[in-house]
Amino acid sequence: MSRKAPSLVAAAWIVARKDLAVELRTRSAFLSVVVFALLSLAIFYFAWDSTAVSALDLAPGVLWVTFTFAGLLGLHRSFGLEMQDRAIDSLLVAPVEREAIYLGKALANIVFVGAVLLVALPALVLFYNLPAWAAFAALAPIALLAAIGLVAVGTLFSSMAVNTRLAELLLPMLSLPFFVPIVMASAQASTRLLSGRPMAEVMPWMKVLLAFDLVFVVACTVAFPYTLEE
Amino acid sequence: MTRDSKRLFDPVMLLALAAVAGAVVRILWFTPLEATQGAAQKIYYIHVPAAMSAYLALGVVAVTSVVYLWLRDERADRLAESAAEVALLFTTVVLTTGPFWAKPIWGAWWTWDARLSLTLFLWFVTAAYLVLRGAVDDASMRARYSAVLGVLAALLVPFIHLSVYLFRTMHPMPIVLKPSAPSLPGEMLTTFTLSSLAFLLFCSALVRARYRAVPPIGGARG
Repeated sequence: MSRKAPSLVAAAWIVARKDLAVELRTRSAFLSVVVFALLSLAIFYFAWDSTAVSALDLAPGVLWVTFTFAGLLGLHRSFGLEMQDRAIDSLLVAPVEREAIYLGKALANIVFVGAVLLVALPALVLFYNLPAWAAFAALAPIALLAAIGLVAVGTLFSSMAVNTRLAELLLPMLSLPFFVPIVMASAQASTRLLSGRPMAEVMPWMKVLLAFDLVFVVACTVAFPYTLEE
Repeated sequence: MTRDSKRLFDPVMLLALAAVAGAVVRILWFTPLEATQGAAQKIYYIHVPAAMSAYLALGVVAVTSVVYLWLRDERADRLAESAAEVALLFTTVVLTTGPFWAKPIWGAWWTWDARLSLTLFLWFVTAAYLVLRGAVDDASMRARYSAVLGVLAALLVPFIHLSVYLFRTMHPMPIVLKPSAPSLPGEMLTTFTLSSLAFLLFCSALVRARYRAVPPIGGARG
């Protein structure tokens, strides 16, 4: 085969497709993460006195905490997968830019957490008796912005954590401080949207999310090659 | 061990320790009690200088991380490691002295005020930085990983600051380092300035001692 090396976007797509194909064929991580998310949504309901705190006030916080922890479970798999039989080595010798590997991995992770949310959001609406369409309309755009930021940082840290002695124990410790602005902004924005507050109260939080995504997608893409062996 | 302690207690460190001891003496016996807050206010002379020292050390980590990724100089990495350990120490001092002031004045040990939250999350990031360093055996990989974390953490600070600020703030506003003139009375301002200088000197002396204690690349660590 004498094909030219693919462009950045094309190479990223190839890497993402490879990861998604592995996941589609095994479905090991997806099922356990979905079950984890559902369990967590259910358990949180009993952690508060439902006569004191209304489910509508509780739901956004529960969703974003669940989303963050479920995301961490999925993110660890991203590079954990490559450690088996040192698969990462063949990825590194492939004629693609290092940034393409990062973007591809991140893309696959976005699809992964998006798919988890596709199950978790309806479950949240069901368990917490939310007004369905209003909830989807409010939560879906926030979820997209939150997922981009979460995956941008988490994918980078996943590639670092798998090479350390602590492996999966280190990923939450590295990632969670970075998820603080994401969780806070998502929860605050969605609580206000769900309770019908004016958009002027929601926009500052959306701007935080958007700025976080922009800064960390760029920064993590630039930083990723530094985390690989040279 | 004796060689190490000789290195640790060199003139710079002794001067720094004397300065801190002098500042503490002045804080306790030669500075008037604040009219409304009483003795609790004296924590301010430790709390704020410790916070300044912590931010100085964290700034050193951020700058040396960038320098390492740029020049690949292992001295930058060693300096980053030394500064991070000292930063963790001073952030811990800030977080433990704060509640002793907050309990009598605010009526609560802790509140989720913007500055408290930011300092707490900085403590978590610094702790993660040091755990990450401890979990990587290869020296060059350790340096690269921690430099990447150092740079990303510097980018994270404005986001945490912004979100916790949007959340709420009740912390006393700065009374010395602010756009207008300091509003601290003369004697107290002198104590505060002396204490700040003593703490910043002590912070630098600790970073220097820690830097000198680490053998250059490949040596045994402990």
